Amino acid sequence: MTIDSLALQAALYEETVPGGGHMSFILKRGQQLRITDLEGGANVSLIMLNAGQPSERLNLPDTLKGQHTARLTAGHCLYSDMGRVLAAITADTCGWHDSFGGVLNADEVREKYGAGRYQELRNGCFRNGVDNLLVEMGKWNLDIQDLLMVVNLFSKVLVDDQGGFEFVPGNSNAGDYVELYAPMDTLMVMTALPHPMDPNPRYAPRPVRLNWLQPHSNGTAAACRTSRPENVRAFHNTERFYL
Amino acid sequence: MTLTASALVPDRAAFRHIIPAGEPYLFELKAGQTLRLLDLEGNQAIDTLFYSVANPRERYDPQRTLRRQNRAYLTTGSVLYSNLGNPLLTIVADTCGRHDTLGGACAQESNTVRYALDKRYMHSCRDNFLCACLHDGRLGKRDIGANINFFMNVPVTPEGALTFEDGISAPGKYVELRAEMDVIVLISNCPQLNNPCNGWNPTPAEVLVWD
Repeated sequence: MTIDSLALQAALYEETVPGGGHMSFILKRGQQLRITDLEGGANVSLIMLNAGQPSERLNLPDTLKGQHTARLTAGHCLYSDMGRVLAAITADTCGWHDSFGGVLNADEVREKYGAGRYQELRNGCFRNGVDNLLVEMGKWNLDIQDLLMVVNLFSKVLVDDQGGFEFVPGNSNAGDYVELYAPMDTLMVMTALPHPMDPNPRYAPRPVRLNWLQPHSNGTAAACRTSRPENVRAFHNTERFYL
Repeated sequence: MTLTASALVPDRAAFRHIIPAGEPYLFELKAGQTLRLLDLEGNQAIDTLFYSVANPRERYDPQRTLRRQNRAYLTTGSVLYSNLGNPLLTIVADTCGRHDTLGGACAQESNTVRYALDKRYMHSCRDNFLCACLHDGRLGKRDIGANINFFMNVPVTPEGALTFEDGISAPGKYVELRAEMDVIVLISNCPQLNNPCNGWNPTPAEVLVWD
């Protein structure tokens, strides 16, 4: 599933997000982020906003219907509600990222895993996606109204012909990675927590590594731009924003 | 698909309102009231969002709703959950059989991506939502998340493709929802002319409410 390119790219920075951790930063226009599943079985819940005007946000329905897909993989673009590309998936070694599962809140995590308080577990306490994303967004003066549908990277949920969901374990192995290229300044907000539909009854979040890359040619996202006529127009809208 | 009819009699409705083709409509329901959305002429997508009256930051959450029912489509028995985890409404009758909540609402901006740059100036649901929100004063752009498309058919294949199929609705089909709390209902009677979601011909829809 990798779209291999000969593009030159410099490594800018590297950081590991521990299982249960949350993180936010602006991926600058022209930069690329690689997210690597270090141990296998990771899940990263991700939302994205226009860093300069955060009323513009990831819109998963527009993303899915614009590309006639419910799964996300290399070649796809992640659209904002304003018809622009917040990120393009330029590489993907696991082939399927989920757009259905969302994130659990504190009550739902307690129902699933039982009590896991800081008081007993210290930093091993059971985190939940709503609170992790909300706290991270609060640091940018954002609020619960800004927390919309999330993408769950590295996870796969199938839909059968009756509409029933089926979580597919083992979608991502140790070393699998996905790369996101930002054609605009994109505020990335993420947390590394188990997928809400992961049947594992034990709370076992997995770490991921983040690598910031600076491509030195514009070839990196070319395959995403031309994979569908819709993406040509979404990139056009993005470039127009920077006139 | 299982269809469930309702015993409620239109003549006894507490109020009725016909939404002309392409227009928004914002109103409130009290907890315990039943709302019927009636597809008068068939194949008319009714794009809908719900908010708590007491706290409009609490709103319809499509991912939680789908996850908790473990199914990708909405029909009788579906509980519509909020972003705070509370039931907003429950679907109690449905003569259509399947409603979409993955396809979202049309917008000027998404029309430029999906169809052509010059489709920007066509009327759209998210413009309707925004207009109704800003006049109401309690809601704004941030509050417009992913909606329900009543009477719209957007199947997901086992391979993960998302397709817009011809509607499975027909004249007189309806869906009924019981409010579990006091809710604001925000509707755009979809004006989309670029795909078959309204049978290429947007038509009026009726709202009926029983106490």
